[in-house]
Amino acid sequence: MTMQTLEITPEIVQRHNLTLDEYGEIKKILGREPNVTELGIFSVMWSEHCSYKNSKRVLALLPKEGKRMLVKAGEENAGVVDIGDDLVVVFKIESHNHPSAVEPFQGAATGVGGILRDIFTMGARPILSMNSLRFGKLESPLTRRLFSGVVSGIGFYGNCIGVPTIGGEVYFDESYEGNPLVNALALGIAHRREIVKAKARGTGNPVFYVGAATGRDGMGGASFASKDLSEESEKDRPAVQVGDPFLEKLLLEAVLELLKSGCVVAIQDMGAAGLTCSTCETASRGGMGIEIDTAKVPQRETGMVPYEIMLSESQERMLVILEKGREAEAKRIFDKWDLHAEEIGFVTNDGLMRVKQNGAAVAEIPAKSLADDAPVYVREEREPGHLRKLQNFDPKSLGDPGDLNAALLKLLDSPSIASKEWVYEQYDHTVRTNTVVLPGSDASVIRLKGTKKYLAVSVDGNSTYCYLDPYEGGKIAVAESARNAACSGAEPLSITNCLNFGNPMKPEIFWQFRKCVEGMRDACLAFGTPVSGGNVSFYNESPKGAIDPTPTIGMVGLIEGCEPVTSFFKKEGDAVILLGETREELGGSEFLKVIFGVKAGLPPRLDLTQAKKLNDLLAALAKKGLLQSAHDCSEGGLAVALAESCILNKGMEMGVTIDTALELSPAGFLFGESQSRVVVSVDPKSLEEAARTVESFSYPYRVIGKVGGKELRVNDLIRVPVEVLAHTWRNAIRRRME
Amino acid sequence: MRARIHVTLKKSVLDPQGKAVQQALSVLGFREVRDVRVGKYIELELEEGDKLKAEERLREMSERLLANLVIEEYALEMDEEE
Repeated sequence: MTMQTLEITPEIVQRHNLTLDEYGEIKKILGREPNVTELGIFSVMWSEHCSYKNSKRVLALLPKEGKRMLVKAGEENAGVVDIGDDLVVVFKIESHNHPSAVEPFQGAATGVGGILRDIFTMGARPILSMNSLRFGKLESPLTRRLFSGVVSGIGFYGNCIGVPTIGGEVYFDESYEGNPLVNALALGIAHRREIVKAKARGTGNPVFYVGAATGRDGMGGASFASKDLSEESEKDRPAVQVGDPFLEKLLLEAVLELLKSGCVVAIQDMGAAGLTCSTCETASRGGMGIEIDTAKVPQRETGMVPYEIMLSESQERMLVILEKGREAEAKRIFDKWDLHAEEIGFVTNDGLMRVKQNGAAVAEIPAKSLADDAPVYVREEREPGHLRKLQNFDPKSLGDPGDLNAALLKLLDSPSIASKEWVYEQYDHTVRTNTVVLPGSDASVIRLKGTKKYLAVSVDGNSTYCYLDPYEGGKIAVAESARNAACSGAEPLSITNCLNFGNPMKPEIFWQFRKCVEGMRDACLAFGTPVSGGNVSFYNESPKGAIDPTPTIGMVGLIEGCEPVTSFFKKEGDAVILLGETREELGGSEFLKVIFGVKAGLPPRLDLTQAKKLNDLLAALAKKGLLQSAHDCSEGGLAVALAESCILNKGMEMGVTIDTALELSPAGFLFGESQSRVVVSVDPKSLEEAARTVESFSYPYRVIGKVGGKELRVNDLIRVPVEVLAHTWRNAIRRRME
Repeated sequence: MRARIHVTLKKSVLDPQGKAVQQALSVLGFREVRDVRVGKYIELELEEGDKLKAEERLREMSERLLANLVIEEYALEMDEEE
């Protein structure tokens, strides 16, 4: 019996991760039983990864409109934001969690490759990558293996292709044990008119396959990403792809040249669900059909059947639809870049995705049904039963934290707070010579050659807050990324997001998901930073349970009319001001986790009006050139923010003396994580003007001390030599890895 | 006891290095080369006389360190000491 005539049993349906109801729906669409190739095609297109069937309704809550938004979330492969001067920014963040859990090096590397393709297929040249990584405790050998594999994979791909990896974030928490998160962000720049859309048109226009040959790697990766990680995943192992960054570099240059030539109708990367997804999505967007013949697809292995060819997720492949009659012109460009291109089909006007093998039809499905008509579910939701109890936990009940100097050093030594030098030293962060603020600051800053503008990009998300209060946590994730951009002098413009959660079929998980998104929505509306795109990664569970809810926010801000501001103290004698109000807020803090091993309490409250005011205030201070430094208070609170301001500038560390009235408990004052606070330093000569500016915004502030000396001193609570701070903070990760 | 271990990428896994070698060979005029797979070769000397025991240990070494079983496979050969 051949694959085509195989009878579809309920077991086969189930093995494709489709429910029997969904199978019924498929039969209704086709008006007949599907064959197994068609079933495979439906299974990947209707997986959560491609269809967002479980998340669509909730994602609809997020604001997508804005005066700078040229392409809205979901319309294309990545969002497009207008930054003036005829320039646009194309950016997106995407997860590659499950492949990285199975094979960290290649999983992370191909994650970078995939997100870069999303950017350059829109016509933009990628100018930077960033990433957000989450692992279990660094004490575990498995975590160390995953961590070092992921970091080398990212470095390998980015360094080879010549796109700088300019920063990101790394957190360690036991909830990620066995299920690491690898979220990769890429950003590109284009002239406004250069942006192309992946929309098929023109009956008879030829469809080309460009790039690497198709193999059996990553078979059904999209449906693989929509399943819990379990012991079984070991057997899923062939689903890992190997990336080839040198080939991708050729693709990048060829695609950009091809787009400039004007002979391209549409172009789409073959990412998740490969040939299947790229054909039916381009067809569906243009209201057209596509016919291809799998026999014409370049193949790396022998004996591949249409089912495998359609579902393969081999890397570095593109689908290109050309203007009929201009094939020779395109061929010259492919040849110039040494790329293999093959005509595999053409655009039709019947709305069908028709797949043939040597002329005989093997699949015939309405393209729109595949791309847009996947069932949409509203899942049951329920607040986790233990949550109220966790929130009611009183940090004061833990008693005296003991020596505060030791507590500060222990925080600086904890891998989530410690310097990430060990990570970004493996990345080339200066290739192309535009990086002006190196990794380690609140936001990374890159200049736009030929203009006086800079982009500030940051990635953020505190999963502990989201675990303890998903609504507030979602709000804070957006607010922190906006604050980080604002600290560098930027106006926050737009976000991309990667929503990492557990199994959405569990009501508690779905509740976390909805609450987080609601929080993000409210923050995005308050800051005027619409969502330009992103992705959802469900089923992040290991046998021990779900990860803490982790919305990762990538924020793009624009610096215009001033120089970028950095986080570290610059000059002895500068006055130190704390912007914002400190309250007794130790719930959900890094302090509780590191010093007491407790993940509980009510996370800090965020007032969106104040948060917005702070961002505007920072922009005003930066525009007037009043800021010597600005560093936001986040994990570890004021004490860690001060310590970092002292030591961030390697080789130029300087101390600070803080003397201010104490109205809270010493631990609350030093390590509490009250929101909307920033430590800034200003020249004493401009102190008066800075104070006037802050007052004109009626934002709370306090002059708390002076830069200078060789120690960090805070009242009579903290006194540590800067050298000790720096040594502890810089070596925390290195000493655990070596 | 001397052991030789060949580690190669699994058949279904893309081999960018092999592909680059093939292309370079073709440029040099060796057009008859249809496919190249590049692997690594490891030699080990063991203080272990028992062949069965040695094989068991070598498999453990291969599976835990020398080969990445997610994308690679390995083959073992052993010589008795002369």
